[in-house]
Amino acid sequence: MAEKGIYKKREDGRKFTDVREMKAKVGIVPSADGSASFSTGKTKAIAVVRGPRTLHPQHMQNAQTGILRVSYGMMPFSCGDRIRPGPNRRAEEIGKVTEWALSSVVDLSGFPNTVVDVFVQIPQADAGTRVAGINAAALALAHAGIPMKEMVSAIGVGKIDKTLVVDLDKFEDSEFHEAEGSTDIPIVLTSRKKEIALLQLDGKISVDEFKEVITMGKKACGDILKVQMDALKNAGGNDNE
Amino acid sequence: MVNEKRQIVVPGETIVSGNEFLPGDGAYRDGVEVVAGIYGIAVVFEKHVRVVSVSGAYYPKRGNTIIGTIVDITFNGWLIDFGGAQNAFLPVAEVPRYVNKNEMAEFLNFGESVIVKVWDVKSRGVDVSMKMRGYGKIEGGMIVSVGSNQVPRIIGREGSMVKMIKDATGCDVTVGQNGKVWIFGKDTDKEVLARKIIEFIGENAVSVGLTEKVEGMIKEMGLKADVEVIAEDTDRE
Repeated sequence: MAEKGIYKKREDGRKFTDVREMKAKVGIVPSADGSASFSTGKTKAIAVVRGPRTLHPQHMQNAQTGILRVSYGMMPFSCGDRIRPGPNRRAEEIGKVTEWALSSVVDLSGFPNTVVDVFVQIPQADAGTRVAGINAAALALAHAGIPMKEMVSAIGVGKIDKTLVVDLDKFEDSEFHEAEGSTDIPIVLTSRKKEIALLQLDGKISVDEFKEVITMGKKACGDILKVQMDALKNAGGNDNE
Repeated sequence: MVNEKRQIVVPGETIVSGNEFLPGDGAYRDGVEVVAGIYGIAVVFEKHVRVVSVSGAYYPKRGNTIIGTIVDITFNGWLIDFGGAQNAFLPVAEVPRYVNKNEMAEFLNFGESVIVKVWDVKSRGVDVSMKMRGYGKIEGGMIVSVGSNQVPRIIGREGSMVKMIKDATGCDVTVGQNGKVWIFGKDTDKEVLARKIIEFIGENAVSVGLTEKVEGMIKEMGLKADVEVIAEDTDRE
C-alpha cells in the first residue's frame, strides 16, 4: 500500500497495520453496577453502567423491552484546548452512534420499562475516542451482568494520503493535510458472528481501498477482543491483593 | 464434583460444543455450540450449562429474602424499593395480620423497611410476601448495604460466617439476597462492631482465607471467636 503515497513511515514507528498499546480494566467505579476503562496509546476512555432501573419520564418507557441510553462526553482537559463541558452536537452524535452499535448485541427484553444508562467519558483524547469509548462501554456492560449476545470491539482505520493505516493518532487523524489528506473510518465488529455493528466514513476512499480497510479493521478488532477478554477474565483477583 | 466444571466466560464465548448440552440461565444455543449470554462463571453440571453472574446489579429470584424500603402505598398494597430494576409489590393479603385498607400507612408507612420473601418474578415486577416466620417490618437496629455479589461470602459455607458474627457480637443478623444486611442487637456498640465486620467482608470478598481474617478481626475487637472452622469456600458462587 505504501509505495505510491507520500506517507511512508509513521511518526511513532508503528507498522501501518499495528494498533497502539492497549490497556483495559473493569471495576474501576465500585459503586456503579458496571464500569471499565480502555486506552489505546494516549487515548483513554472510561465507561460506567447503571441499571437496569425504572425509566423516567414514563412516556419514554417501552413495555416490551428495556432501553439503552448512552451519553458521551470529553472532559474539559482532555485535549489541548479547554472543551466546554456539557452536551454539544458532536457529543450527542457519538453518544447516539455508540448506542446503536451496542444495541445490536445487548438484550434487554427481560427488563421492560427500564433503562440501562451508559456513561462514557474521555479523560484524555488522542484521536479514536469514539472507538475507545465503545470498547470501554462494551466491557462495562458485560461487567454489569447485562445479557449480551456477544461482545463488540471497535477500531478506527484510515487513509493517510494513499496509505491505509490502522488506529490513527491525533496527528494522522486531524493534522495531516498534505496531498490527499486523511480519511477516518471507525468500525465496530461483533465478537462471535463478526458482523459490523457500526461503520462511519469521514473523507474519501475508493471501493477497492474500502474493502482493504474492512479486512484490516477485522484483524485489528481480533487483537482488541483479546485485550477485552483478558480484562474480564482477570477481574476481581487483582483488585484487593 | 465429578461432572462439574467451572470457568469464567465472556458474552459470545463458546462454553461447550455438542447437541446433547442444554443451555440454562445466562447461556444460549448457537448451532451446535452453547454460548455465554452474560459475563460470569460458567457451570457445566452433567449436561446442563448455566452462567452465574459475578458482578452487576441484583436480579431477584423466587424464594430470595430481600430487605427494602416502602416507597409507595397503593389501594391494595405497598411498593418496595429493594435496589433492583423494578419495585416489588407487597399486597395487603400477603401481610400476616388484618389491615384496614383505609389506614394502610398505620401498618407500613413511607420510608419504613421490611424483610420480605420473593414470591413471584415477572418481567414487569416482583411480588413479595411477609407471611412467614422471620419476615416483617424492621424496627430498630441498622441496615448495611453491601453488593449483592458479596452476599454468599457474608453468609459463608452453610451459614458459617454469619453464625460467627452472630456469636461474637450477640447481634441478630439478617442477610437479604439484594445485598442489604439488617443488624439488631441489645446495644449500639455491638451493632457497630457487627457492621464493621460485615463491611470488611464486603470490601475483601475476593480474598483467600477470609474466615481467618474475620476471626482475627473479631479477636482484635476484644470479642471471642469460637467457631469450628468449616473448610474455606474457595469456589465462591
